Amino acid sequence: MSQNQADPQQKGRIAARFAQLKQEGRGALMPFLEAYDPDPATSLAILRGMPGAGADLIEVGVPFSDPMADGPTVQLAGQRALKAGGTLAGALAMVRDFRKDDGDTPVILMGYFNPIMSYGVERFAVDAAASGVDGLIVVDVPPEEADVLEPAVAQGLDIIRLVAPTTDDARLPKVLNGGSGFIYYVAIAGITGTRSADAGALVEAIPRLRKFTDLPIAIGFGVRTPQQAAEAAKVADGAVVASALIETLAKSLDENGRARPNTVRLVLDQVRELSHAVRGN
Amino acid sequence: MNQPLTNSLRQGPDARGRFGQFGGRYVAETLMPLLLEVEQAYESAKNDAAFMAEWRWLLKDYVGRPSPLWYCSRLTEHLREGAGPGMGAKVYFKREELNHTGAHKINAVLGQILLAKRMGRKRILAETGAGQHGVATATACALFGLQCVVYMGATDVERQAPNVFRMKLMGAEVVPVTSGAGTLKDAMNEALRDWVANVHDTYYCIGTVAGPHPYPQMVRDFQCVVGEETREQILELEGRLPDALVCAVGGGSSAMGLFHPFLDDKDVALWGVEAAGRGMDTPEHAASLNRGRPGVLHGNLTYLLQDRHGQIQEAHSISAGLDYPGIGPEHSWLHETGRATYVGATDTEALEAFQLCSKLEGIIPALESSHGLAQVMKMAPTMREDQTIILNLSGRGDKDIFTVAKHLGVEL
Ligand SMILES: Cc1ncc(COP(=O)(O)O)c(C=O)c1O
Repeated sequence: MSQNQADPQQKGRIAARFAQLKQEGRGALMPFLEAYDPDPATSLAILRGMPGAGADLIEVGVPFSDPMADGPTVQLAGQRALKAGGTLAGALAMVRDFRKDDGDTPVILMGYFNPIMSYGVERFAVDAAASGVDGLIVVDVPPEEADVLEPAVAQGLDIIRLVAPTTDDARLPKVLNGGSGFIYYVAIAGITGTRSADAGALVEAIPRLRKFTDLPIAIGFGVRTPQQAAEAAKVADGAVVASALIETLAKSLDENGRARPNTVRLVLDQVRELSHAVRGN
Repeated sequence: MNQPLTNSLRQGPDARGRFGQFGGRYVAETLMPLLLEVEQAYESAKNDAAFMAEWRWLLKDYVGRPSPLWYCSRLTEHLREGAGPGMGAKVYFKREELNHTGAHKINAVLGQILLAKRMGRKRILAETGAGQHGVATATACALFGLQCVVYMGATDVERQAPNVFRMKLMGAEVVPVTSGAGTLKDAMNEALRDWVANVHDTYYCIGTVAGPHPYPQMVRDFQCVVGEETREQILELEGRLPDALVCAVGGGSSAMGLFHPFLDDKDVALWGVEAAGRGMDTPEHAASLNRGRPGVLHGNLTYLLQDRHGQIQEAHSISAGLDYPGIGPEHSWLHETGRATYVGATDTEALEAFQLCSKLEGIIPALESSHGLAQVMKMAPTMREDQTIILNLSGRGDKDIFTVAKHLGVEL
């Protein structure tokens, strides 16, 4: 049971945030950062700064050696993070630190199953919930394998399901069943950071999806510019921006791949711009 | 094909594509509908007599099957020299190296390419390590006029230059992969990424019994032709089943193909040989079963080389085709159930076997197969002389002569 299903009085942070935004009449901006990219202190500073820069929910990527669904930008972020000592335990510690002064902004961990399996799914579920993680996107766990994540459901974590352009109507109920928090619509058939979604296709895809679910829908993969983010947040209920932010971070690094004094500010400035567009101001 | 018995070890995988806990379909949602489509297409194809007949015909007239089962009299005599009285098993080679394109890989490639055609796919992807699977796929694509893109680790492009040239001659595009250590694992990542982005017209032809369901089953089924022939041939030659089967394991397709038809014959010992690289107790090897633990990579749950945080480690082997940190899920299951035994052979042992085989039998074996031979050299002298041991000589060594020459300090 997810928190919002278990006890409607005590909604999870994700449900609460989407409910609040609905009242405000706007969609969510959901920026992504890779934990430990390029080092733990810089990525924690970015995480801490994100809500102030206009992030409504935050996705924290857990570095993995073999990110099958990611393009070069996120791959390189993962490699920098691993070099800096990034681990699943490290990502959880970051969220714990973040929670010391932010009790409201939902945090979703995004990653691949092997580091979770290696950590131990039960122990991970307990630690993630205790660290203040709200939801999980485990890219390589499709509905067919979802029973491996049951311990996380038991801890009240939302399991965010991915819907792709290749997911047809016959399959949708299977994909949506067991999901909670929100639905992540993968806007392109492809890997992250390679091409952008076609706005027309989204205008068709999202209403089709709405027929099958009452959960909020966020659009990710290929959302790069403030304009695209604003469009996605309007057609759906939220926009995820990852590669475009990581590119800014990567460009700001020195020749040895280390953060410069303005790295955090450059990334947060971009979050702010995206947020202005999503808020329509 | 014989129907397996109800309590047979040959029944796997289950409906979820699992062998015990191993296997499954751990892929992104984008790929999932496509995998279900491949599974359906395969189920219908394998029950279609015309499909199977076309595949069998290709195996016979294009590949040159059946491949012979060769009694290695000189090697047998040689290994008896060091053995005690009455010891030294008869050594046979299942000669997959005689296949067109020089390895067992073509057996499953032709099956998969016929399937891709049946599914209306015009663009074919493959990953390759040693280049044998890439060459086999390029070959089949040339034969059927399909576009072929082969992902190959940059390190392997360098150490398997002759095969890169062969693929290009046959019209394939070879894409060097620089991520990671630039070997087979990284090539497979890139192939999967390409597939996700081109699902509508592309078929991914996986080269071994790994990847998400239905690949481990499908590739195994096609490779079973090796074991089925072996069974008939040894019964004809010896009048009884063999005492031991030996095969090198990278992903494990040559071994699964040889082992599977014998899984229910409890008296036939099955030996898989992992690449022990510079030694199983050094960091440089590819011994996933002996030194790894279960995890998820490339769509399936299986034994993997990984660090304590669940990051996949790079494998090492002198042989590009064994340089993979995982292994097919059915092998993980055979390992845990104890039906098959998995041991290692080092780079050095493989190099010795490579040379011995060339001198004694006039057969230059692939470096991959040389790992299996190294195990035969250890085992045969410990077996009685009325016993038989069969090695899957999975490929020929032409592609490896540069690597071997370099290690022997010879300039070509
Ligand atoms: C000749 C030969 N044998 C064995 C292998 C290892 O693969 P598998 O374990 O799938 O048979 C390869 C892989 O490239 C090969 O070329």
